Amino acid sequence: MTGGSTRLQGRTRRLLGVMAVAVLSATAVGCGSNSGSSAGTSADGTVTLEFAQWWAPELPAGSFDKLMSEFTAQNPKIKVKLLSGPYASTKQQLVSGAASRTLPDVVGLDGAWVSDFAKQGAIADLSELMAAAKYDSSQLASQIQIKGKTYMIPVVNFVYPLFVNKDLLSKAGVKTPPSTRTEFLDAAKKISALGGNVKGWALPLDTAVPNGIQNDVMSWLWASGGSMLTKDGKPDLTGQGVKSTVEYVKSLNDAGVIAPGALTMKEQDKVEKFSTGQVGMMIDSLAHITLIKKNDPKLNFTVVPIPAEDSYTGKRGIPYASWGIGVAESSEHKAEAFKLVQFLMNKQANAELSTLANGFPGNKTAEPDFSKSDALFKTAFDIYKAGYPANEFVGLPKSEDLMRSFDEQLQLVLTGKQSVDDALNKAQQAWAPVL
Amino acid sequence: METAKLDPAASPGAAKSAPESSAVRRRRTRPFPGQRVVPFGYLSPTLILIFVLMIIPIAMVVSYSFKDNVIVEQNPVFAGLANYTTVLTDPNFLAALKNTFIFITVSTVAHLGLGLAFATMLNTPLLGGVTKAIFRIVYILPWLFTVAVIAVIWRLMLDPSGVVNYILTTIGVMREEVSWLSDPNTALWALTFINIWAGFPFFMISILAGLQGISPVLYEAASVDGATAYRRFRNVTIPQLKPVLLSMAVLDLIWTSQQFALIWMTTGGGPLNVTEMLSTYTYKQAFSSYEFATASAAAVIVLLLTMILAFFYVRLQKER
Repeated sequence: MTGGSTRLQGRTRRLLGVMAVAVLSATAVGCGSNSGSSAGTSADGTVTLEFAQWWAPELPAGSFDKLMSEFTAQNPKIKVKLLSGPYASTKQQLVSGAASRTLPDVVGLDGAWVSDFAKQGAIADLSELMAAAKYDSSQLASQIQIKGKTYMIPVVNFVYPLFVNKDLLSKAGVKTPPSTRTEFLDAAKKISALGGNVKGWALPLDTAVPNGIQNDVMSWLWASGGSMLTKDGKPDLTGQGVKSTVEYVKSLNDAGVIAPGALTMKEQDKVEKFSTGQVGMMIDSLAHITLIKKNDPKLNFTVVPIPAEDSYTGKRGIPYASWGIGVAESSEHKAEAFKLVQFLMNKQANAELSTLANGFPGNKTAEPDFSKSDALFKTAFDIYKAGYPANEFVGLPKSEDLMRSFDEQLQLVLTGKQSVDDALNKAQQAWAPVL
Repeated sequence: METAKLDPAASPGAAKSAPESSAVRRRRTRPFPGQRVVPFGYLSPTLILIFVLMIIPIAMVVSYSFKDNVIVEQNPVFAGLANYTTVLTDPNFLAALKNTFIFITVSTVAHLGLGLAFATMLNTPLLGGVTKAIFRIVYILPWLFTVAVIAVIWRLMLDPSGVVNYILTTIGVMREEVSWLSDPNTALWALTFINIWAGFPFFMISILAGLQGISPVLYEAASVDGATAYRRFRNVTIPQLKPVLLSMAVLDLIWTSQQFALIWMTTGGGPLNVTEMLSTYTYKQAFSSYEFATASAAAVIVLLLTMILAFFYVRLQKER
């Protein structure tokens, strides 16, 4: 090799080294300058809002984009960029975003997350935004408040009635769906007696997603007008209401009417077992009616109110879950973000979204169109109107953790490792520092 | 002849050209300003990525572990070792530690055992080429499935009314159906079995590659010396495979200790925490309890435990 070529190689090496550093520095600077900005404003003043939610994947394909197009048509200076994903990944994304103060401008919220996000200062006080926009909040069916300030508005509500397999019920010799706890136990026993792996009821107690405590256990309490909290919001797990509920669930377990595998059963397993006729009854979201009919169009089932205590005659609480909406505190375009909230809560759009989602509207004046939906939605709407929405976990801090600690104690009861009183005492001790 | 031409000392003009060539060499090797920085320029892409994607996050997690209520509180305060005390005295963490130890130990031993058995079978001259190819495809299948698919398949198969119970009760092995993943007595073992099923093909392939690298001469010499098949396996195969087996074992201990998705999608740590692992414990602390400080302390403890394994792995590699 000549000296000239060696010099050339040396220069090339130096040049490449410098270039590598320069490119990476530029990239890093570029990344840095882009990070931390969740939304943008273009030169013509058009604002682009980021909207993270899990709703779009659960709606008919393209329908939510269409709704957003309607919003953009009404607000030409505001564009919406949808960040859609499944429920679990949306939650993780929002938890990370809340921690790093990079939440999208508008966020889909579950009532169970609100308290923690509000405590972090990650979501904005909607009361202020409503006042600034002179918004009439009387049309809202509900608002999720922490210390008197609204942080979430439920857009669509999904109620959880009792699903009953009419064929299994009649095969078991039960003429009408159960209305009281005694009738339910009797019907569950008769269905379980049919044999062939068929059981009366499904109870999902998986601790990874412990919402079975909310939907399938506490729902018995709320259906009888009970409460797991005292009037000042403290836990009341050792009170008569919760004790009676847990003892009732234990009696169902002792009677052998609960489908096996309950301790790690997930919500989708419950729906699967009901769809395939392996369980006769379950408490579940109305949102699953379409899925169940798709799995087995011939499945003959109906929805009824959750049975109450035999002596109870008052209005029945019915558990619900919501597609809630909130605005990020870190958003630079809160006013525009609230315009999107207003749009989704207006009578027409809210009715349209509720119809698409097979849920009940968050706007009291909106009327979903059930004419093209399954007749069961109308039945469920009647149940909803006759009772009241009840979900005491909404707005509680660390609500998933509260459910999990209760779940673990209930599992000890159902496996005979602990008495009901001991379990409730321990759950009370676990909840007390949080609430 | 060629050597003589290339050797300057051997050529007639060597005495004259030597000072000239050493001057050229001095010129070539003379350091230019900033020459020492050049290697770092080449390394900089990797160094920057390691710094941004590994060093910073690890440093942040370590710093979180010494603070109180990080992330959820606007102004966290220094808490010393309080989070470590909380974690190390938490019965759930200790249970998770024990479960993780059982899970990774049994999984690794079974992975090695099954991997070695199947690899030996696929390496045997007793089977034809086509038969071996078919077996290879069949055995490798579990490794091709994603964790989500594996979790769904086994949840269905181990369901109380699933295929496994149906077969076992039909052939009379069991009288009653077992809730494999829901029964506290069977859940950890069922989960470990799934992990073994999902992971053994990788060991099989790696060990098979090791077996095919052993010289047949060694086996021929052993046969000439009168060694039985067992002696050949013990004194030829195992010593030759030892570096592969040890490296794979240490790597598997590290990988299995980080298993999260499979546990989360099958049992979620339940029932009654019997399948709670360090990974699920840490996740629940962070994303369910919003206790990011204790989650960080747990994560640091896991990191330290993993580093011990990594240390042994690096030492093994150096010995090789």
